Amino acid sequence: MGEIIEGSIELSGYDPNGYFCEIVSAASKGMIPHAIVQRLQGLDAVELMARSDAASRELYNLGITFTVYSDRMMIDRILPFDVLPRVIGAEEWVDVERGVTQRVETLNKFIWDIYHDKKCIKDGIIPAELVLGNKNFRPQMEGVSVPGGTYVHVCGIDLVRDGEGMFRVLEDNARTPSGVSYVVENRHMMQRAFPDLVDAFGIRSVDDYGPRLLKAMMDVSPEHVSDPQVCLLSPGAYNSAYFEHIFLAREMGVPLVEGRDLVVENDRVYMRTTEGNEEVHCLYRRIDDDFLDPKAFREDSLLGVPGIFEAYRKGNITLANAIGTGVADDKAVYAYMPRLIEYYLGEEAILPNVPTHICREPEGLKYTLDHLEELVVKPVGESGGYGILIGPRASKAELEEFRGKLRDDPSNFISQPMIDLSVCPTLLEGKIVPRHVDLRPFCVTGKSSWVLPGGLTRVALREGSLVVNSSQGGGSKDTWVLMD
Amino acid sequence: MTQLTLLARFAEEISWMARYMERADNLARLLEVNEVFARDRRGEHNWDAVIDLNADRELFEKNHGATTPSKTAYFYMLDRDNPNSIISSVRAARENARSLRPLISTEMWTHLNVFFNELQAISATSDSIPNISRFCERVRTACQAHTGITEGTFYRDQGWYFYQLGKYLERADQTTRLVDVKYHTLLPTADDVGSILDLSQWNALLRSAAGYHAYRRVHPRGIDPIGVAEFLVLNSRFPRSVRYCIGEVSNLLSQLIYTFQLTRGDRVAQAVDVIHKRLEDTDMQSIIDFGMHEFLDAIQLDLIAVAKAMDIAYFGQVEEGDVAA
Repeated sequence: MGEIIEGSIELSGYDPNGYFCEIVSAASKGMIPHAIVQRLQGLDAVELMARSDAASRELYNLGITFTVYSDRMMIDRILPFDVLPRVIGAEEWVDVERGVTQRVETLNKFIWDIYHDKKCIKDGIIPAELVLGNKNFRPQMEGVSVPGGTYVHVCGIDLVRDGEGMFRVLEDNARTPSGVSYVVENRHMMQRAFPDLVDAFGIRSVDDYGPRLLKAMMDVSPEHVSDPQVCLLSPGAYNSAYFEHIFLAREMGVPLVEGRDLVVENDRVYMRTTEGNEEVHCLYRRIDDDFLDPKAFREDSLLGVPGIFEAYRKGNITLANAIGTGVADDKAVYAYMPRLIEYYLGEEAILPNVPTHICREPEGLKYTLDHLEELVVKPVGESGGYGILIGPRASKAELEEFRGKLRDDPSNFISQPMIDLSVCPTLLEGKIVPRHVDLRPFCVTGKSSWVLPGGLTRVALREGSLVVNSSQGGGSKDTWVLMD
Repeated sequence: MTQLTLLARFAEEISWMARYMERADNLARLLEVNEVFARDRRGEHNWDAVIDLNADRELFEKNHGATTPSKTAYFYMLDRDNPNSIISSVRAARENARSLRPLISTEMWTHLNVFFNELQAISATSDSIPNISRFCERVRTACQAHTGITEGTFYRDQGWYFYQLGKYLERADQTTRLVDVKYHTLLPTADDVGSILDLSQWNALLRSAAGYHAYRRVHPRGIDPIGVAEFLVLNSRFPRSVRYCIGEVSNLLSQLIYTFQLTRGDRVAQAVDVIHKRLEDTDMQSIIDFGMHEFLDAIQLDLIAVAKAMDIAYFGQVEEGDVAA
């Protein structure tokens, strides 16, 4: 591993255009070793491209894919994979780890509170309407206790780096965050196809995720069970994230079940096996609340298990994540997170938010309308990068149209300043070019929290694009967290 | 030994995955042989027998009208609207495999996934089809590769036995149908006895069941209709004969019941014993006296009874009349 020296470093033929670069700027600031830049410098981009194409074919053949639907046809797509890694130094990772854990702890305390004493509302920390009027608030969960007080067992927190190189939280994902399978498979792909890139840097392993997740699930299983049966509940083979479900079930060593494999009798949950019914005690579920139980939630759900909510309420089965966590990862609630961290933990947020204007508040709306051309405006209920206005890139007509939307339904929006998202060297058409990236670390919580040393780095492959979502031209990179 | 739980749905899907691949394999053999060997008296291809064998006349005529060689071949090779075509079988196998990915080896899945994507990439219409022999050979090779990969990589837990059960039940079914249809069309008339055509037709039948060479080893002196039928139905060493397949089914079931303690299989075993007995207690002359078609028909019904018993014993289906009110 190379010595860490500060000083200006360049990668010839590569210009980050003034953005913070995850490799060049980080090395210049002494956050990661120079040797990493030197290794990229020595690469033959054209030859690397050929190997990268072969690697993509391999991903497709292995079925490491997500599924999209078009004209009733199912099409398997791979998440485009970029071979140039994103690297995070050991010291900086410590802050990420602490910041993520702090956030998850707050989320769990907040969710417990809103389904029990509602102190945060009574104390005026957050408006009642934001919580109780939220479409993801589940009144059925009021008074229900969950093992260890853990609601968010798996959390994905989206981070971006601003122009100064500081990590900021963009969004919390407290329901069923996906993408961790790519973190592990990307690493395996790198080790198989690009050993010359990976070798000799001390990179922390990501192989531990499955066992850690299983351990967490065992920890939160109903206390009266000594040897709990854990399963992963998937909506089935046609779900776009099915590959991830298989991956996780395999890595945890648990059965992958669908709703139709489960049956509830006397408020206990069983899976149908070749030997008859066998009791299940904990489900890592990848089905949304709405579809979980047609008796308790959406009646038309065919994916769920009738009666499972009652079994859950009685403490006969643990669901991870818990029901009703969707309130906490709402974009409007997000704005209150720094205050909630302070309120529950008496600490300052280690990872700051992106400054956020809440349009349901008059001053937030006014500010947003007055500065629309500088701001990014997001609808609060959406995910996947849909319905976003990027002010500096919008036409006059688009801005005007959005003003109308904002005035009609202000509480549906928040706005944030445009962040100069960091870039990372990316191999495209045989050249190394800068592309914007974000980072989703994953935190697993049973009795205590653990952050996977790595994470999903998504990259916006289109030049200048800030949208990293796979549904809109995003790809992914291997994320290296370096050892001390 | 510690028991790994197997979901009822996985048991069902794995046996169907095996069935669909076996079906694709058999159909490819049949089409290939029909293309190369089966010509009628005027030397024309006769595809009608293939349609009758699969009981597909109604669907065919609805979608394609009158039979032509190209249309029939397309119907069985690449017609996605025909649930019995090779591409539909492979697709069904692959959809099962997709769902079974937590259970099967990565190599099994990858191979099936690549194979299906290759078939899907072939552009063809009912008037423009790829070379039949080459296509069928490719399918056969892929099916054999599937069998080999499975044999070499699949963990030998309950899943393996359900896989093998599906394969042998399907194979028994296919061979029964093949003999049933061909036996009728090939029964010698007074004019035909000993003619060249007659023999080539029986040759074709053996080749459809991949049994030509094996048959010649057992009967070096010649081919006769009764001998061929006996070979395909009663021979105990030919891996595609009905008796051999039922013997395997019986062994596999014993493993599930005794080694894996899946005692619910007792009722399946009873159903298998019925076929077993039917095959053991007879010889070719008795079958002919009883009526070949009637005999094979009875076996087909027995096979259906076995499948039903498996549905209830292992695949979590509720018995008729047992549905809670």
